[in-house]
Amino acid sequence: MTPTRRCFLTTVTAALAAPAILRTTRAYAANPVLRVGHVSPRTGPLAGFAEADDYILEAVNAKFSAGIENNGKRWQIEVISKDSQSNPNRAAEVASELILSDEVDLIVAASTPDTVNPVADQAELNEVPCITTDCPWQPYYFGRGATPDQGFDYTYHFFWGLEDVIAAFLDMWGQTGVAKTVGGLFPNDADGNAWGDAEMGLPKPLAAAGYDLIDPGRYQPMSDDFSNQINAFKEAGCQIVTGNMIPPDFGTFWSQAAQQGFQPKIVTIGKALLFPSVIEALGERGIGLSSEVWWSPHHPFASSLTAASAADLAHGYTQATGRPWTQPIGFKHALFEVVADVVARSEDPQDYEANLAAIRSTDMNTIVGPVNFSAGPVKNVTKTPLVAGQWQKDGDGIALEIVANGAAPVIPTTAKLAELA
Amino acid sequence: MDWINVLIQGILLGGLYALFAAGLSLIFGVMRLVNIAHGDLMVGAAYLGLTTCATLGVTPLVSLLLVVPAMAGIGYALQRVVLNRVMGEDILPPLLVTFGLSVILQNTLLLGYSADPQKLSTKVLDTASVAVGPFNLGWLPVLTFAVAVALIWALQWMFYRTALGRAFRATSDNQDIAQLMGLNRAHVFGLAMALALAVTAVAGIFLGMRTAFDPSVGGTRLIFGFEAVIIGGLGNLWGTLAGGILLGVAQAVGSKIDPGWQVLAGHVVFLAILAVRPKGFFPRIEA
Repeated sequence: MTPTRRCFLTTVTAALAAPAILRTTRAYAANPVLRVGHVSPRTGPLAGFAEADDYILEAVNAKFSAGIENNGKRWQIEVISKDSQSNPNRAAEVASELILSDEVDLIVAASTPDTVNPVADQAELNEVPCITTDCPWQPYYFGRGATPDQGFDYTYHFFWGLEDVIAAFLDMWGQTGVAKTVGGLFPNDADGNAWGDAEMGLPKPLAAAGYDLIDPGRYQPMSDDFSNQINAFKEAGCQIVTGNMIPPDFGTFWSQAAQQGFQPKIVTIGKALLFPSVIEALGERGIGLSSEVWWSPHHPFASSLTAASAADLAHGYTQATGRPWTQPIGFKHALFEVVADVVARSEDPQDYEANLAAIRSTDMNTIVGPVNFSAGPVKNVTKTPLVAGQWQKDGDGIALEIVANGAAPVIPTTAKLAELA
Repeated sequence: MDWINVLIQGILLGGLYALFAAGLSLIFGVMRLVNIAHGDLMVGAAYLGLTTCATLGVTPLVSLLLVVPAMAGIGYALQRVVLNRVMGEDILPPLLVTFGLSVILQNTLLLGYSADPQKLSTKVLDTASVAVGPFNLGWLPVLTFAVAVALIWALQWMFYRTALGRAFRATSDNQDIAQLMGLNRAHVFGLAMALALAVTAVAGIFLGMRTAFDPSVGGTRLIFGFEAVIIGGLGNLWGTLAGGILLGVAQAVGSKIDPGWQVLAGHVVFLAILAVRPKGFFPRIEA
């Protein structure tokens, strides 16, 4: 049949009209549908944080499409995911799209201040309830202009804070007899400025614990040269190096340290040393580095949604993808656990205010530990347990062993801290 | 003593920046093309090196034997198939094409290699150093510097001592007359881009050996390359080396004062030189 003008018009009209009809059909489905917007950095420099999104969402969607029971009625939950491209402006844009055109009932986001803050700001502005995680609470809370007594109305967050990371680091270093001179590497970004801040950051508690902190100043991220920091540390006789870095910067620093003959005994860096891929890229020089541990297969917690244990979830990921587990996996799963819990308890899951009341009264156990928004350091925030770990040899590969658990004894240690050779 | 060390480390860093800049300098010199995708092509070469090392089990330096010809081939094809179509009086269209190329390249690398930071591991060379008096010099920065000097010397020799160099200079001086004299402009441009990307390949491998890279790091390296080219003077290769060294030393000195000033100090020196000598120190091309 040759295409005619009439035939063309009919087809195009039908195609254009189809979505309208389909949407109407869905409204009459057996179960009412709730929409949850989800923003994460799928691409860009932060993509490592979201690499397990597909795996997590597959398990979560299986539960959500069967429906969550609320007052004897089943609600299906549809998760609409959008990519922030690791860009805060883009994150704000997709959050506002989710709120205004997808009309989500609840919005969630995870991974670093660059994703969490803009999404939470949009939610607060549009008065949509929002739950976030995977970002220390100080950059989330103070970074968005809150004060200790004046919090937010619509946005809630669960993760740990700088005080926890400092306590975990000190706990770990205290186990060894190394000299208490610490070199600090803090970049000029949201995390680096918070960690290096004289009042809120590392300097005060380190001084209180008897450590000398050598802090040459804030460096520009993506630097090609750390010679001056290395020199300053060498001169001061630093045996410990700490800070908060992005992985590429740490790699550069660590090679140059070797080239210029600087050999600290302990290197504990936040953020840079979270991912196995980074440690593998460092080869032999990666063994013995240490970092904070938010979540691991050794955590004695289980999912309230799928009943999977931390070990199940982590190993399931390795099995499904062939890649090693990473710490954000647990938190991304926990985020949707909280969503399910809120939907189950809300008086009316389609009402923003009812959902908000349900978030506020959240008190549950997740795969990352207890989440209870009434027990936080400030309004809107609750904390999950944090321990410290070291990358050690494990057969042919590497494993993140938990070496210090002073602040959260419920999480067992799995090895002893070994000094760098 | 401290300051001498700063100076030495700065000069060695400058060698890397000169490598970043050499390819840019070359194509700007020959065809007035500002290649925005230069940084991403460099990262692309580093990834090509990574793949070569992983599949053949060779060291990054050996992978150069494969990556350099491959990038040269890509360069020739890129110029003949894409860029030559937009080359002309107006320098804006090719600039926009390379801008688009930069976006495409970044995202293709992201798709293919994911955002995981990678590093070209050289095992020994990564951490080896030599003690010169009281200073520790890493073998890798020293080698980088030596390669930068050798490469620029070779390019300079090629430019002034070979038929190909004569063709480049002729096309650079006046495209139309060179065409009348029997030079195929499209082919000469293709060769220039091939040569530039061969140099870029070396820069990419050395970048990958010095620091970790991911698909998004090209942009920052492009800026350092540009600054080195402009400080040294457009179209002058030795000038580019001098520009790279000046930039490296400025950054090292800035960082000695306060690490926050490292990048800033480089930019400030660049702006100061632009203000005093808008054409750079040793310009060869009258704009």
